[in-house]
Amino acid sequence: MLQKNTYAAPAAQAAALRLPPLTAASGGRVPHASVIALASVVALLSLVPLGFIVWITVDTGWSDAIALIFRSRVGELLTNTVLLEVCTIPLCIALAVTLAWLTERTNIPGSRIWSWLAVAPLAVPAFVHSYAWVSLLPGMRGLWSGVLVSVLAYYPFLYLPVAAQLRRLDPAIEDAAASLGLGPWRVFFRAILPQLRLAICGGSLLIGLHLLAEYGLYVMIRFDTFSTAIVDQFQSAYNSPAANMLGGVLVFCCLLLLGIEVLVRGNERYARVGSGAARPADRRRLGWFVIPAIALPLAAAVLTLGVPFVTLARWLYLGGAGIWRMDTIGSTLLQTIVLAVAGGVLATIAAIPMAWLSVRAPGRLQRILEACHYYVGSLPGVVVALALVSITVRLILPLYQTFATLLLAYVLLFLPRAMVGLRSSIAQAPVELERAAMALGRTPGQAVRQITMRLAAPGFAASVALAALGITNELTATLMLSPNGTETLATKFWSLTSEIDYVSAAPYAFMMVVLSLPLTLLLYAQSKRTAGQ
Amino acid sequence: MTFSFTHLTSALALAAGLALAPLTANAADSEGIVVYNAQHEALTQAWADGFTKETGIKVTIRNGSDMQFANQIVEEGAASPADVFLTENSPGMTLVDASKLFAPVDADTLAQVPETFKAADGDWVGVAARSTVFAYDKTKLKEGDLPKSLLDLADPKWKGRWGASPAGADFQAIVSALLELKGEDVTKSWLKALKENATPYKGNSVAMKAVNAGEIEGAVIYHYYWFGDQAKTGENSKNVALHYFKNQDPGAFVSISGGGVLASSQHKKEAQAFLKWITGKGGQAVLRDGDSYEYAVGNGAQSNPKLVPLSDLQAPKVEPSKLNSKKVTDLMTEAGLI
Repeated sequence: MLQKNTYAAPAAQAAALRLPPLTAASGGRVPHASVIALASVVALLSLVPLGFIVWITVDTGWSDAIALIFRSRVGELLTNTVLLEVCTIPLCIALAVTLAWLTERTNIPGSRIWSWLAVAPLAVPAFVHSYAWVSLLPGMRGLWSGVLVSVLAYYPFLYLPVAAQLRRLDPAIEDAAASLGLGPWRVFFRAILPQLRLAICGGSLLIGLHLLAEYGLYVMIRFDTFSTAIVDQFQSAYNSPAANMLGGVLVFCCLLLLGIEVLVRGNERYARVGSGAARPADRRRLGWFVIPAIALPLAAAVLTLGVPFVTLARWLYLGGAGIWRMDTIGSTLLQTIVLAVAGGVLATIAAIPMAWLSVRAPGRLQRILEACHYYVGSLPGVVVALALVSITVRLILPLYQTFATLLLAYVLLFLPRAMVGLRSSIAQAPVELERAAMALGRTPGQAVRQITMRLAAPGFAASVALAALGITNELTATLMLSPNGTETLATKFWSLTSEIDYVSAAPYAFMMVVLSLPLTLLLYAQSKRTAGQ
Repeated sequence: MTFSFTHLTSALALAAGLALAPLTANAADSEGIVVYNAQHEALTQAWADGFTKETGIKVTIRNGSDMQFANQIVEEGAASPADVFLTENSPGMTLVDASKLFAPVDADTLAQVPETFKAADGDWVGVAARSTVFAYDKTKLKEGDLPKSLLDLADPKWKGRWGASPAGADFQAIVSALLELKGEDVTKSWLKALKENATPYKGNSVAMKAVNAGEIEGAVIYHYYWFGDQAKTGENSKNVALHYFKNQDPGAFVSISGGGVLASSQHKKEAQAFLKWITGKGGQAVLRDGDSYEYAVGNGAQSNPKLVPLSDLQAPKVEPSKLNSKKVTDLMTEAGLI
């Protein structure tokens, strides 16, 4: 069977090449220190919210803190959160991998359309998904509703990397497995699935973090998580110790998730090296199985796109022309676009050093830095926002309620999104090319810029798009940090739905979808391209 | 793929740079006043529009909730960008007042509002009022089945049959009245029963919608949600009727929406003018004619004729400054409600 570290080249070739293992100790010859310094700055910034919580905890006093952490309400919330994660993630994996395999590796009719439809739900913000479902079935609430809407809203985060990975796999390995007498199912589970590990882990982590941080979706279907409870506490008492202690528990959950992902991810290499290139894999002929095979992507499309589309169309129809108050909608739209682009670019630039390190020079220190990058994005916007509010109001007054602070919050919140796109595409860029460039006289900086970053450009663009998508639909931090008079589509939509004015909210939901579509298209196009072409 | 990575980044950096130009601009530098608004957006917007039309003073509104803003203002202290603070309920006002962050309200503004609807120290003034109600499903409950008192809802026979929005400032104001009227022990046991008996919703309108849909038989909310929905399409309230507890019951509590000018304001004159306007003829007429359905509180101001008159509500006498919001959130946290 497959040996470790020889993913994409036949075993004999790799053995002949005698590649050194990829560790920091092997001297990648790009000076890590400067990159580590850059990543450390970002990591330090990302520790600000945590530092704030720690400070509040100390300020609260040990006995009060214990009383606030170990109470029955926290137990309820913890149960809800764990159940949500445990039910949602496996369902997302199953759905995403099956869909990806159908669209990428079988002769399913209309595979392009299906693969586009599998990504398209990303264009519908999570709370618009739940808005649609609640309009359709007003009684929806609780865990199973939460799981259903979460799977529908978030599975594309897994579909994208898994499909991209499937496209790039070298079929030689499957051929080898088949020639050793494995049937198609066993080839899939023993030769294909292990190679999807990075993609599955990255995507699952992203979804897991979203489940921890999401607010709007769960408020609408009345399912309490830590995020909703923290917002409740804030609305009742602003930065009460109770809220911050809940935040502390939530941070702990994130760290746990992160640790699990690191354990499962492992550290095999996934880049192909050697003569020639992987040929595109053959598509499996489905035969009579095509009927049930089409049913799955069709059902997914109906649930993820049909439901929001029909609901929105209905509200827009009921509202007529009266709900299109162009002056308000126009200015909200413009503000949203500016924030999304600026925040997306900044977040991605901030993520580059860490993404490079995590692939090129994994190590204990890097793990810690990376953990900082991830944990901060899993905090609910409201925790990050409160820390920034308190810090700016007490220490850096000129920055209080300015765009700068809001953008900083966006950078922190969307670092993980930026990381995922970058990391997997840097992982695709063989380190040997970087080294070869340096051997030919390029400086380390040039080598990274001209070789690795160029190969990773699709990942960069995907990261910007992912972060911008997130910002377009970000709610809690925007509510708390935005300069006075700033309204985004998400905040406006939210205030209208809280009044049960679903009709007036519809144009804003519609605009969010329209705005998210090009970003989603870009993501889709980028994932279609193989790195380096 | 033939685009260069460096081109991409420089283009993006340029875009970001353009976007960041107004980076540190903030509303405080501009003309007009900033209102921290915890009232319903539509109502405050209508007030702001009327005021701007009459005076030419620009109003920038920041929306949030009562206690969030009250605590935020305390946190901001002298650096608060807000000139005016408007709430839905008085406990938020009291909290800010306790930190001495309000400037005294102008005498002629205070004169427009009766004693019962303003702070005794004159640091904030009532701008509107709302009555507690039990919104019930009239297809399921008859007059005789209704609770005589808010306290009756703690009875096990109401288990699973009613709801509220415990995380909202509205409901917490009702609890603060209960605490003030009946004391801590009664409040504690009532909250415990609430945790066991009632279904929590996020927002009064959501709770009313649940009554309408038959999920629960009744909900403790404020009166105007029902009137507002009836005036629109009625689709969230067609099976719902309102029960007023009256009889000086804690459940007959009338909550005061307050307005105050911040001591730290750089635009006190304009801020005072705004308060004067909303408590005066123009502002109170918005309550009578608009679709907020909240009670007008100005001397001689009429509320919407559809409402049960304020004087018929038999509300309990509660001194607004005695409403203890901090104690309420502590008790509710203790009961596991928030």
